[in-house]
Amino acid sequence: MTGLTSSARFKQSGRLFPQPGMGGPIPWVIAILITLVVIAAAGGLALKNLANSARSALSASVTVQIIEADPSARAERAQAAAAALTSQPLVTSVRVVPESELVALLEPWLGASAASEDVPIPALIDVELNAAASPEEIANLQAALDRAVPDTKIDAQSSWLGPVYRAIEALQWLAMALIALVAFATAGAVWLAARSAFANHRETVEIIHLLGGTDDQITRVFQRTVAVEASFGALLGVILGVIIVWLLGQRFAALDSGMIGGAGLGWGDWMVIAAIPLIGVVVAILTARVTISLALRAML
Amino acid sequence: MTDRASDIVKFDNVGLRYGTEQEVLSDLSFTLFPGSFYFLTGASGAGKTSLLKLLYLAQRPSRGGIRMFGRDMITLPRSDLPDFRRRLGVVFQDFRLVDHLSAFDNVALPLRLAGTEEARVAKSVNDMLNWVDLSHRADAKPATLSGGEQQRVAIARAVIARPQLLIADEPTGNVDPDMALKLLRLFEALNARVGTTVVVATHDVNLIQKLPESLIMRLNKGRLSDPTGALRYPPARSRATARSRDPLASERRS
Repeated sequence: MTGLTSSARFKQSGRLFPQPGMGGPIPWVIAILITLVVIAAAGGLALKNLANSARSALSASVTVQIIEADPSARAERAQAAAAALTSQPLVTSVRVVPESELVALLEPWLGASAASEDVPIPALIDVELNAAASPEEIANLQAALDRAVPDTKIDAQSSWLGPVYRAIEALQWLAMALIALVAFATAGAVWLAARSAFANHRETVEIIHLLGGTDDQITRVFQRTVAVEASFGALLGVILGVIIVWLLGQRFAALDSGMIGGAGLGWGDWMVIAAIPLIGVVVAILTARVTISLALRAML
Repeated sequence: MTDRASDIVKFDNVGLRYGTEQEVLSDLSFTLFPGSFYFLTGASGAGKTSLLKLLYLAQRPSRGGIRMFGRDMITLPRSDLPDFRRRLGVVFQDFRLVDHLSAFDNVALPLRLAGTEEARVAKSVNDMLNWVDLSHRADAKPATLSGGEQQRVAIARAVIARPQLLIADEPTGNVDPDMALKLLRLFEALNARVGTTVVVATHDVNLIQKLPESLIMRLNKGRLSDPTGALRYPPARSRATARSRDPLASERRS
């Protein structure tokens, strides 16, 4: 009596109710929602990459500033500070920025007077660290420097970039919140569609029950329908989403900005995006299962 | 497991009311014995369909106890109901065929739900459709079948899995007298050959007279009377088997 394979039984159970095909709302609603998730996820991942790229480029270096009006004293203090920094274990390289370089940097704003001795320019020392320094390590470095050369100031780029990082982090959270909301909306849409389908087939469900059909057999039929519809919608949604993300990527790439260059998506990111339709289908199937199971439990 | 042979069905002081209305069934206490053939009679509104609903587990009683196949149906978990329903065959008064399935697939439903091998399903269904003279309508949808044809499909579906208890609500109401007799012989054969306990609700006195040895339960305003001693144990009369008129036997030979 039990020689039937499970796949054959599955096919048979699928015939218990008329199959609605792709005419219902589920495939299209899921396609739209998955498109939104792909765009939001791609945006979130790009922001994460942008933040990481900027952090790795800037957080492992600091700039030491020495403000001194007398040019020769300024040069002496800069050399002393460089020597003191070189002996620090955290420091990997030290470069006193030549005054000519500083003048060139300021020239666009100050014009020819940038080279004048009437305009005192602070001495700057670029310091590379062997790792991203914590605020405590920066404070220790400042203390060591103060002992050798008083009145110096360490500028950690990471500290002035802090608000930028926090803004990027907030945008990432926003992307995640959007994804969660869209997942919730997907579940809601499937819940409504499954309830509607159940109500339409209630008479058949009652007959199946009275003939000895189990809740699981009935649930599988609805699940199968939702799985087929959701798969179609998810595939369509991910294709649309990837096309939009690719077009946006082309637009940003055309800006040729060094900062945005770090926001590209890697293979890992594309794998995450590829997982979105699968997760969407699983959410839809689980929602259908729970919805139908609850509806069946209300029947004898 | 049946713990006593007499426990195919046992009602103990059962009452049924819908909502806050007065009881449609009151103080029903009876036992259905294995292998017996019962007619359930009574005027319209006497509660026949309500009693059948309790028997085919579509309804729980408002009070009292029901045991079927040795198990207490009142405390039976919902998840165990399908196993018990698969032991039943039901002919509904309104047929309750699945609209989008063919006659073949409707008859095959109980076997498929029980996980029967498809080759066996096909053979059993074809044999059964042949018996009810509907082989030529196997692919027809219920909407294209006449009332009598739908009724025969419903009967074929009810008996296809050789149930332990067959419950039929006015099963011959839409068929001609010859077909009515033929269907009655099918029930009789199930009863005699397979040992199926049969309960047929009917107004049709002629039908009851075709089986003079059957037991009669009469409902009047929701209460049972016992004109043939059907509810006593042992029953007042036992009926002879009808092997000579056994359609299942001839079906097996073919």
